[in-house]
Amino acid sequence: MNALLFSGVWGVVMMLSSFVFKSKAVVRNIAIVGMIVLFAVNIAEMYGTVFFKIDVKEMIGFDRFALLFNSIIFGSTVIYFLLSARDMEKVGVNYGEYFALIFFILCGVTLVTSFHTLLILFLGIEIISIPLYILTGSDKRNLKSNEASLKYFLLGAFSTGLMLMGIALIYGSAGTFNTIHLVTDPAKPSALLISGMILLMSSMAFKVSAAPFHFWTPDVYDGAPTVFTSFMATIVKTAAFVGFLKLFDDAFGSLQSQWQLLIALLTALTLFIGNITAVFQQSVKRMLAYSSISQAGFMLMAVYAMNAEAKEGLLLYSAAYCLATIGIFAVLTKLNDYSFEGFNGFAKRQPVLALVTTIFLLSLAGIPLTAGFLSKFYMLQAVAETGKYTWLVIFAVIMAVVSVYYYLRVVQAMYFKEGEGQALQISRSFKWILIIVAGLIILLGIFPNLILNWLYF
Amino acid sequence: MIPVLLIAIPLFGGLISFFFKNEKAARSSALFFSLVTLAVSVLGLTYFKISSQLEFHASWMSSLNSSFFVRLDGMGQILCLLTAVAFPLVFVSTWHSQYKNANSFFGLMLLMQTGLMGVFLAHDALLFYFFWELALIPAYFLCSQWGGEKRIPVTLKFFIYTFTGSILMLVAIIYIYLQTPAHSFDISAFYNAHISQKNQDWLFWLMFAAFAIKMPIFPLHTWQPDVYEQSPTAVTMILSGVMVKMGVLGMIRWMMPVLPFAFWSRGDTISTLAVVGMIYASLIAIRQDDLKRLVAYSSIAHMGLMVMALFAITKSGTQGVMIQMFSHGINIIGLWIVVELIERQFGTRKISELGGLAQRSPAMATLFVIVALANIGLPLTNGFIGEFLMFNGVFASSLTQYYIVFTALAGVTIILAAVYMLNAIRKVFYGDTNSLTEAGYKLRTNEMLALGIIVVMIFFIGIYPNRLLDVSADTSQSVLNSIERALQTIMKR
Repeated sequence: MNALLFSGVWGVVMMLSSFVFKSKAVVRNIAIVGMIVLFAVNIAEMYGTVFFKIDVKEMIGFDRFALLFNSIIFGSTVIYFLLSARDMEKVGVNYGEYFALIFFILCGVTLVTSFHTLLILFLGIEIISIPLYILTGSDKRNLKSNEASLKYFLLGAFSTGLMLMGIALIYGSAGTFNTIHLVTDPAKPSALLISGMILLMSSMAFKVSAAPFHFWTPDVYDGAPTVFTSFMATIVKTAAFVGFLKLFDDAFGSLQSQWQLLIALLTALTLFIGNITAVFQQSVKRMLAYSSISQAGFMLMAVYAMNAEAKEGLLLYSAAYCLATIGIFAVLTKLNDYSFEGFNGFAKRQPVLALVTTIFLLSLAGIPLTAGFLSKFYMLQAVAETGKYTWLVIFAVIMAVVSVYYYLRVVQAMYFKEGEGQALQISRSFKWILIIVAGLIILLGIFPNLILNWLYF
Repeated sequence: MIPVLLIAIPLFGGLISFFFKNEKAARSSALFFSLVTLAVSVLGLTYFKISSQLEFHASWMSSLNSSFFVRLDGMGQILCLLTAVAFPLVFVSTWHSQYKNANSFFGLMLLMQTGLMGVFLAHDALLFYFFWELALIPAYFLCSQWGGEKRIPVTLKFFIYTFTGSILMLVAIIYIYLQTPAHSFDISAFYNAHISQKNQDWLFWLMFAAFAIKMPIFPLHTWQPDVYEQSPTAVTMILSGVMVKMGVLGMIRWMMPVLPFAFWSRGDTISTLAVVGMIYASLIAIRQDDLKRLVAYSSIAHMGLMVMALFAITKSGTQGVMIQMFSHGINIIGLWIVVELIERQFGTRKISELGGLAQRSPAMATLFVIVALANIGLPLTNGFIGEFLMFNGVFASSLTQYYIVFTALAGVTIILAAVYMLNAIRKVFYGDTNSLTEAGYKLRTNEMLALGIIVVMIFFIGIYPNRLLDVSADTSQSVLNSIERALQTIMKR
């Protein structure tokens, strides 16, 4: 509750701040301070301090899982702001508004992680989506950015339509929006309910860019300004996943046998398309777009398995994935050439940046000693624990091997190939923050309990 | 405490090595830390049956029931000693090699030693997996950075190959973990897991893939000759001398007692693969003109024999594997040292371009011939002890009806080994000198020292093998007992 209200209010503050303050540094600092306060008030709520007591008619509820996930999201956004806020200046003139939109998106995220009725889910997803359409098109003079924005908007609107239709069908069958009371007779679900559920599944699959609903992802991620791609690919995506998991846990948990095979096929297809297509990319940014699809495939395994390990695993996965991807994008933003050749000889020119980028890439590939390994481990374990679909586990690890190929291509370019690149202006603080992020990834890779224990206190 | 030191010393040495500016300092500190590790490892041998000193247990990921559990058992003693001996030998013998960024080279080498030690010591499945990968990452960077011309694609192939194997093993570990009584990664929990025969079968293949790729076993060996050829020789020595033993150890510690039924029922299939691989690799070795590739293929043939002896499931065979792991490690390092000398001095590894070296450099010729004979398995050398025990084990195996065929075919490969080794010796060291080899080569002190130590060890183990056999006897026996127990319960049903 703290975070929900504070993020909304701070969004308005950011909007006004660009009128009041001419200096971009002041606007930026207001945003960073706001983000840190947002993180702090959410932590405070985890320890039981709720600043606002509002009767929400049980439409939203902040349980342990939601709060912990919000903390991960806000923590990642703090790091994202520290690393990339300066680079947003290059995108366009509406500096304050970008921050405002991001705060509104975070407001939507808190709704998506805590909804108890389908209406709030819809509201949350829309509050996330609409600012994103704007951010995607924020590089107004760039044709690719405009195209990406329009594409995203049209397809997004379509998937919103699917979601609404699904909600309508479910309401027709259950007579309520409350997720806990949707399914009254799990043994004999009505056809109306099942079709509504499948429509909801499709629209959520669109939001998390699972195949075959992924076609917008590479174009939008590639077209959007890189700073915002970073935000979209990490924070927004993992939030949508938590919504997906929560929806299928709360509302359709008792119908697991109906949708489990469907989600398993969705997972396998997402892993396959994401990984295989990523191999053929020539641009690192586009490769990361496909890699985000393949990572989505791994996170879908949590939705499939839907047990205690899956929930813990999804938390760890979100943290690991957000940290690593934000880090890589922050480095990528500093470069002008996004092709693999652009990284040639990077290790010689920027040894520190090359080292941390390597750690991020190894984490995404799931190499032990990094958080990425343990999060993949949890996912595999969660699916193995269901005792069914062993093929899915084996297929997933084979796809993880494929992912090593394209992640290591960047490492090869950085360390083993010679190249003359442009000189980069890298500030000392930027380097230190990246080192801290890389340290966090390794720390979580060795002691995952640092995050997971919070779930049970 | 000793196992922790064995991991911590190289780790510490590796990390501080990155901060050295001076090449000489990095080199000396690497040698120093590897010697300290060797001293600790020898100390571990003297503690031999006092288990309190050889064990360390600390809680780690309690939510998963995984702990930092390292222990020096008999097999661990032998392999840790091999690792501890191999690194100083490598550093001494390549003392004069020049490396760009020497500090990171030696840092990565010592980190690789950390990973290897961890693999040999870990008694917790997840920890084992961690170290298994930790050993691979430095190897990847070492080969790609300091290797030959085609190093980048070759090393990527190597990495993807081994990563495929290890992640399949991870799946197997997760499934076995879920079958253990209290969901634990501890080795004793793994040994007590109740796994149905049907599940054992597919879990067996997942684990086998990891170990077979590492060793490597035909038909999963295709990465190996290229990597050995392209890597810097110091790394090749470690890869072929020590790292391949990870696969053997994995089979003995993590497969035989955990999946006993599958291990027994798949024995014939795997032995057939091993025999095919041995003959195939030996025939290719005969046709090789490149010394490095010759040694690489000869290594495949030797690993094949070890696998066959393991799947015979006899005391003699298992003990033979234990001692052969050590012997093969130091012998192959000896071969690489000489190959490296020849390449550096004469600029070629082609057997056809060399000749008459024995006239100009008799010391090198003598030492090489001794190592090569040990590699063939001549009596009085260490190779003989291992091979004799392994053949004995395969022949005495009561579990397979094809034991005569296997023994006979494996025996043929010993003859083939003599053909390619002696042929190479004849062409490289005897005959007439040519314009290339006219100058000859006088061994430097450090090279003489390294080869001398290897030759001493060859004869010591060849004449007095009991010292090593005693160390590993307990491990072999307990592994065999656990298989026997499992088979008996199955027979009773």
